[in-house]
Amino acid sequence: MNDILIFGEIRNGELKRVIKELVTAGRIVTEGTGGSIDAVLIGKGASDLSKNIAGLGIRKTFCVDDNLVEKYSTEGYAKVLSDLITDSGYGYIFFGATAMGRDLSPRVAARVDGVMFSDCVDLRFQDGRCIAKRPVYSGKLFVEIAPVGKIPVFITLRPNNLPPADSAAGETETEMRPSGVMEDMIRALATEIIPMAGGRPDITEAEVIIAGGRAMKDSESFEILGELADLLGGAVGASRAVVDAGYVPQSIQVGQTGKIVNPKLYIACGISGAIQHLAGMRTSKVIVAINKDSNAPIFERAHYGIVGDLFEVVPALTEEIRKLL
Amino acid sequence: MKIIVLLKRVPDTEAKILINSKGSGINEEGVKFIINTYDEYAIEEGLKLKETVGGDSTVTVVCMGVEESTEIIRTALAMGVDKGIHICDAALEKATPAVIATVLAKAIEDNGFDIIFCGKQGIDYDMAQTQAFLAEKLDIPQVNVIAEFKISEDNKKVFLLRRIEGADEKVEADLPVIISCAKGLNEPRYASLPGIMKAKKKEIKKLTLADLDSSGASEEKKSTIINWLPLPKSGECKIIEGEEPGEKAVELARLLREEAKVL
Repeated sequence: MNDILIFGEIRNGELKRVIKELVTAGRIVTEGTGGSIDAVLIGKGASDLSKNIAGLGIRKTFCVDDNLVEKYSTEGYAKVLSDLITDSGYGYIFFGATAMGRDLSPRVAARVDGVMFSDCVDLRFQDGRCIAKRPVYSGKLFVEIAPVGKIPVFITLRPNNLPPADSAAGETETEMRPSGVMEDMIRALATEIIPMAGGRPDITEAEVIIAGGRAMKDSESFEILGELADLLGGAVGASRAVVDAGYVPQSIQVGQTGKIVNPKLYIACGISGAIQHLAGMRTSKVIVAINKDSNAPIFERAHYGIVGDLFEVVPALTEEIRKLL
Repeated sequence: MKIIVLLKRVPDTEAKILINSKGSGINEEGVKFIINTYDEYAIEEGLKLKETVGGDSTVTVVCMGVEESTEIIRTALAMGVDKGIHICDAALEKATPAVIATVLAKAIEDNGFDIIFCGKQGIDYDMAQTQAFLAEKLDIPQVNVIAEFKISEDNKKVFLLRRIEGADEKVEADLPVIISCAKGLNEPRYASLPGIMKAKKKEIKKLTLADLDSSGASEEKKSTIINWLPLPKSGECKIIEGEEPGEKAVELARLLREEAKVL
């Protein structure tokens, strides 16, 4: 029960980078338990991708790659993980708080009779147990939560909170493992992935977000935000007001009924800062507010503010950053 | 077809949430409670499915929660839901997702079900676990955070679009299935005046743990909240002064690069 298992998520043939943050989380726990960290990669190319996490002090990486796990299914992947956890007796199992991690982790936790802490932002180890910090009420408060008794603890960790693990000594052993999945176990299957148009990163994964609010006049005016976002390799976000007005798709809505984001830089343009919006972006590392109204609540949460018209400030900012980069 | 929709009573999205004086939870004084925002999409999808399938299909909402949850069940009935099941028991006050799922599973099995809709998460604890725990208890497939729903001609299979990072995932699932809903799936209807009148006569079945033969369920304790923490105070906002927008923008870019080091 002292060992840790981290789940390496494969999407579009790539290993999600949150895995290095999971190793950091694993180290926090192993410093307390004295156990080891193992990893498991499921899906096409698992064996090749396992090389990406060599040199991080992982004891063993299990690679599971057969035709029944080529495409994601909750039930297929849950079978692989629950078998592995039961066979090896892991005490802590880490996932990234991604669409896949959030879907898969509770199902496995239910199957092996474990407990789960969702969307954690920090961890500590005290008095022989792991204490996780997680936001509640959409980030309006936090709680610290701990397991009771000796049971497998499942943790999904929000990306961009812990630093990625640096290299560590020790050879990582790789083991190919059969999935053990039978066709009739899979009653819901992801048949196809359709990438969204635009080519910008998803707001939940972007390091920079340029977001627009009520002051945006129409869909076209979002292009000035897009220009700055593209320059910085970031994404465009939006407040509920402009999504409800139909200017932009719901997939880029930041806030309590949209997505919770956590970028390094969040530039709020013409966003007043309603509670439900702040709930979605307040953990951003650096927040910039650009708003005509100097009394807008967004300035209370921002690190830098410009009182002014976004249609004048944003193009000037884009111009200046273009010169700097 | 027996359609089940799960319902939860939560604080309004606009509510200011503060820790209570004991430090043991939130201060509910003056907080308005509503139907969990995502559950409204679940209700709407349930009602639409009933209209599509027709026949003797029924939509039943199942809600676990305090006495006052009757209000949100009534709202769902006014929207067109046929029947409510309200599981209300003081022993469930601090129930974890595993316990909630055990109790819900019992009530849902007793009622019978072909498909279950729920919100993608409660906007109070934001755990998004009950759906999967319930799916495991009922031994049915689960699909999370869907943006599109279609059912096959023979009502045995569903075709879904699921929102993932930067893409949509097409998912096919066999019935019975549990599906979590999010904004963008549909436009939840409002309760009509005749709907509100009719809702008054509709049945809300009230159940305790004893009624569900689940008296021991609430004793299962797997986790404990040891601290409630307020948000860290945000620092002072540095307002950038300047003669004209261009000048302010130049200064902002400099600060982001040299001071904040994010460029």
